[in-house]
Amino acid sequence: MVKLGYFPGCSLSSTAKEYDISTRIVCEDLGIELVEIPHWVCCGATSAHITSDIAANALPAKTLIWAEKNNIPITSPCSACFSRLAIAHHTMATDEEMRKDVGEVVGEEYHGGAKVLHLARVFYETYGLEALKAKVKKPLKGLKVASYYGCLMTRPPEVCDFDRIENPMFMDKTVQALGAETVKWGYKTECCGAAFSLTKKEAVLKLTGDILSDAKECGADVIVVACPLCHANLDSRQREIERKSGKKIGLPIIYISQMIGLALGYNALDMAFKKHFVDPVKVLKEKGIL
Amino acid sequence: MARIGVFVCHCGTNIAGVVDVKRVAEYALTLPGVKYAIDYKYMCSDPGQNAIIEAVKEHKLDRIVVTACSPRMHEGTFRKAAERSGINQYMSEMANVREHDSWVHSDDKEAATLKAMKLMEMSVAKVRRSEALSKMYATVEKRALVIGGGIAGIQAALDIAEAGHKVVIVEKDPSIGGRMAQLDKTFPTLDCSACILTPKMVAASQHPNIELRVYSEVVEVNGYVGNFDIKIKKKASSVDNKKCISCGVCTLKCPSKRAQSEFDEKIAPRKAIYTPFPQAVPNKPVIDREACTFFLTGKCRICEKVCPTQAIDFNQQDEVVTEKFGAVVLATGFDIFDSNVYGEYGYGEYKDVVTSLQFERLINSSGPTEGHVVRLSDKKEPKNLVWIQCVGSRDESKGRPYCSRVCCMYTAKQAMLMKEHYPEVNCYVFYIDIRAAGKNYEEFVQKAQNEYGVIYLRGRVSKIYEKKDKLIVRGADTLSGSQVEIVADMVVLANGLEPRKDAKSLAQLFHVSYDQYGFFTELHPKLGPVETAIAGVFVAGACQACKDIPDTVAQAGAAASKVLGLFSKEKMEVEPLIAKVDPLVCSGCETCYNVCPYSAIEMEDREVSRGNLKHVAKVLDSVCKGCGACVGACYSKAVDLKGFSERQVYDQIETVTQ
Amino acid sequence: MEVKEKKLNIVGFLCNWCSYAGADLTGLGRNIYPADIKIIRIPCTGRMDPMMVIEAFHKGADGVLVSGCHPGDCHYSEGNYYWRRRYAHLKELLDFFGIDKRRFHASWVSASEGKKFAEVVKKVVTETQDWKDSNSK
Repeated sequence: MVKLGYFPGCSLSSTAKEYDISTRIVCEDLGIELVEIPHWVCCGATSAHITSDIAANALPAKTLIWAEKNNIPITSPCSACFSRLAIAHHTMATDEEMRKDVGEVVGEEYHGGAKVLHLARVFYETYGLEALKAKVKKPLKGLKVASYYGCLMTRPPEVCDFDRIENPMFMDKTVQALGAETVKWGYKTECCGAAFSLTKKEAVLKLTGDILSDAKECGADVIVVACPLCHANLDSRQREIERKSGKKIGLPIIYISQMIGLALGYNALDMAFKKHFVDPVKVLKEKGIL
Repeated sequence: MARIGVFVCHCGTNIAGVVDVKRVAEYALTLPGVKYAIDYKYMCSDPGQNAIIEAVKEHKLDRIVVTACSPRMHEGTFRKAAERSGINQYMSEMANVREHDSWVHSDDKEAATLKAMKLMEMSVAKVRRSEALSKMYATVEKRALVIGGGIAGIQAALDIAEAGHKVVIVEKDPSIGGRMAQLDKTFPTLDCSACILTPKMVAASQHPNIELRVYSEVVEVNGYVGNFDIKIKKKASSVDNKKCISCGVCTLKCPSKRAQSEFDEKIAPRKAIYTPFPQAVPNKPVIDREACTFFLTGKCRICEKVCPTQAIDFNQQDEVVTEKFGAVVLATGFDIFDSNVYGEYGYGEYKDVVTSLQFERLINSSGPTEGHVVRLSDKKEPKNLVWIQCVGSRDESKGRPYCSRVCCMYTAKQAMLMKEHYPEVNCYVFYIDIRAAGKNYEEFVQKAQNEYGVIYLRGRVSKIYEKKDKLIVRGADTLSGSQVEIVADMVVLANGLEPRKDAKSLAQLFHVSYDQYGFFTELHPKLGPVETAIAGVFVAGACQACKDIPDTVAQAGAAASKVLGLFSKEKMEVEPLIAKVDPLVCSGCETCYNVCPYSAIEMEDREVSRGNLKHVAKVLDSVCKGCGACVGACYSKAVDLKGFSERQVYDQIETVTQ
Repeated sequence: MEVKEKKLNIVGFLCNWCSYAGADLTGLGRNIYPADIKIIRIPCTGRMDPMMVIEAFHKGADGVLVSGCHPGDCHYSEGNYYWRRRYAHLKELLDFFGIDKRRFHASWVSASEGKKFAEVVKKVVTETQDWKDSNSK
C-alpha cells in the first residue's frame, strides 16, 4: 500500500477536473492512498516565482513542511505545481540563507526532508510497471500514442534528476505497459507556449500547432499528457489551429490517469471524457477500447 | 655579523604602482645586518643586476635579498648575479612582492606596502641564516624517451635522433601515427594527411637512433633529470614479431566479428588479430584477447594454422623492462569530447549523428567506405549535411570553457571536401564565432563560404530529432534573429579536444602538474612553453593544450631542442638543497629512513667519539631530492634541510608574528 | 562599530610545487584577496613539522594555513600524505590546547588553481576574523 500526500493544485479543481476525477479513481483502484494535503496553498507557479524569490519558495514551503512533518512523500499531477515544489525543495536544501529567510516568512522552518514526485513518476516508479501490468483488465491494443512530457517534467535536470532530459521514456514505457503502442516523435519536451496563453496567443498557436502536427505526422492516434496546462493548450486550441491552417488534426489529448483508467476497464463517463474539447470516444471506440 | 644588501624592484609599475618601494627600502635599512638598500626600476635587467654586483663589491655585502617577483620566476637570475658578484649563490633570497602582494592587494596600497615590508623582512631573516653551499653535479644519460607516437612524438624523436642521440618511442597502440593518421586531408592546404605523415612514420622506424615500442605503456617512473629509471610494459601481442613477415593472412582468415575498429572510430568492424590500418608502422598484427575466439572459448586457433612462419604465440606474456633515460618528452595527444554529454544532439541514439573523427574516416579513401560518404543508418548518400561547431568547446555549462582551436578549421575543411566529392549536396555550419587565426586560415574559411558555397549560420543548435528517415536540426540564426529548422540527412558534431583519458595518471607518474581538464601544465605560460616544473620532462602537442598540426610540430621541435640542450653537457649541475643529519643528535630511530620517498637515507654504525659506534642515519647526497619529509618527521631534530633549515623557517615565523 | 581595525596576522605555509605556484597564478590572474596572510615557502608539506604550526600560534599568529598538492599529485610522491596525517592529529591537539579550530586550516591547491587560492585565503581570513570577533565580545 502506497500512501502519498496529494497536492492537486488549482487547475485540478477547474479546467482539469477530469484529471482529478480520473486520478482519484485510478489511485483508489491501484491501492495508492492519496491524502489531500490539508489547507494546501497556491504553489506559486503564477507570477510569484518570477517576481519574488522569497515568495517562490515560501508558497510551496507550507506544503513541504507538511510532508516533512508527516514523513509522507507528496505528489502533484500538475507539472507546474510539481516543478515549483521540487525546485523550492532543492533551493532550500542547498541554500541555507534562503531556507532561513523563508522560515521567517512562513513562521516555521523547512529542513529539506520532503520528497516530491510527479504523478506520472508515481505510476512508473513508486507503483511500478510490473504491478501496473498485473492490474490491466483491458489492454489498449492497437492504440498509437504520442507521449508529451512538456517542458517542466524533466527540467531542470539537477532538480528532476530523472530519465533523459531531451528524450524521456518513462511515460512511453508506462503506456506500453498498458498495452498501447508509442510513436517516435520529436516534440516530447517542447514548449507548448502555456506561459503566453493570455499575453501572446499567436505564439501559443504556433508552438501548440507544431506539437500537434508532428504527433499527427508520426502516426499518433492520441497524445498522452500529465499536465493540465499542456492539456488546456493542446486540447482547447486545436479547433482554432485547424481553422487557421485549414488542416484537420482531431487528436484527442488524454491524461495519463485516464489512460490507466481505460486499461483498468473504466468507461468514458468514469473518466469524464465529456469535459474534453476533442472527443476521444470516437477513436477509442474504433480501436475497440471503449 | 652578516652584511646584507636589499634590492627593491619596481617591476615598472607592476610593484611600484601599488607598493611604496621607497618606504620598503628605507625600512630595510633599519633592520639588523642590512648595510645597504636601494630601489630600482627593473632589478632583473642588465643594469639592475650590475647594480647588485657593484653594491656587493662596494659595501662588502655577503648576502642579498631581492624584493621583486616570484622566486619561481627569477631565483636563478639573482643567484647567478650573486655568484658574479663574488658571493655564494645560495646566499641570496627573494621576497615575492609581485605575485603575492602588489598584484593581489591592489585594492589597498597601504596594506600592500606594509605586507611588502614584512615579506622583505622575512627574507632578510631567512638570508641571515643562509649558508654557502657547494655545487653538486650529476651525470646525464644521453637517451631520450618519447611517450606517444603521434606526429608530436615522431617529430620530437626524429629531431633528437638526427642530432645523434638514442630515442625510444613508447606508443600504447599497435602502430605509431596517432590522430593524424586518421585524418583525410589537412587544412588549410587540403593536402593528404597520410601522404605527409607516412614518410615520417617510416623514417622514425628506420632511423638507427630510434627504437619503437608499440603496444607499450610507461608503468613506473623513478629517478630525476638526467637519470630517470622508467619501467615500460609491453603488452602481450601474441605475435612473435621476429617471425612475422607481415603477410596479413591471419587477419584475413580471422573469423571473429566482436570488435569495432578503434582506428575507424568504431564505425567498422575489425578482426581480433589486426593491424590498426594498412600502413601501420610497425606492420605487425596483435591479438585483441578480449575479442579473440580462442582466448574467449578455447577453440579456433585459425590464425596459428594459417600463419606461414609460425609467428602466433598464444602464451606470450606482458613484459616489463626498466631502462635509464636522461630526458622525457610527453606527447600523448588528445581525445575528442564525449558527444553523449549533449543529450539534445541525440548522438548514440540517431545513427546519422556522427563525430568529426567518424566523418574523417567516412570521407577518407582508405576508410571503411573507401571515401564514399554514406549514412550509417541506411548506407544512402546524404544530400543535406549539418555541422555543429563548439561541441565541447566554449561551453561553460559542459565544463569546457576553452576554445579547442582546430574545430572551425576542420569543419570548413570537411564541408569543402564534401562539396568537392559531391558538388550537389548542401552543407550547413552552425557556429558561434569563426576562429581562424593562422597563416592562410581566414582565407580558407572565406573560400569555403564564397567559392564552395558552404552555408554558415551563426547560432547554436537547440535540438535534433528524427522524423522518418530525416534528422530535423533546430537552431537559431542570430544574424537574422530567427529560428531555423534544417531537414538534414546527416549531422557532424565538431567535437572539441580534451586530453587523453589516462593523461592524469601519466602526469602523476612523472609528478607533472596538470590543469582541471587534464592538460599538462607547462613551466611558464609564455617563457617556458615546452618545459614542465619537473626538470628533464618536456611536453609537445595537444597534451599540453589544444593545437593544430603546424603548432604541434613546432612545439615538438622545441621540446627536442630542450632535450638536446640537456644532452650537450657531460654533467649537469643539481641543486644542493638537500637534507643532512647531525650524527651527534641522531638517536637512530629510523623514522627518517622509513618516510624517505627516495630511499635516500641509509642507516650506518658510525664512530661519533673515539671507540663509540652509534647507529645513525646518513643522507645519500646524490639520491636526496630535498623534499624535507625526513625533517618534518625527525623526533630529535637531527635532520635539517639546506635552504629551508629549521632556523630559517622559525626565524621567518617569528618575523611574521612580530 | 570598530570592526577589523587591526589587521589579522596569518602565516601561510605553501609547498613550492603546487600551492606556491598556485598563489603565483592568483597574482598572474590579479585575483584580489586580503593582505592579512604572509607566505612562507617550503619545499613540500611533508617538510611541515607540527611544531612550526604550534610555534606560529605561540608567537601570536591569529591564523595558520598550510597548503599543498592534491593527494596523488605530490611532487615528491607522498609528502602531502604525511602532512595529511599530521594535520588530522594536530587539529585535534590544537583544539585540546585551547586553540580554536577556526584558526587552523589546511587545503589542497594545485599549480593551476589560482582562483581557488584566493577563495581559500578569503575563507581562512573570514573564519579567523570570526574567531577574533567572538573572542573580543
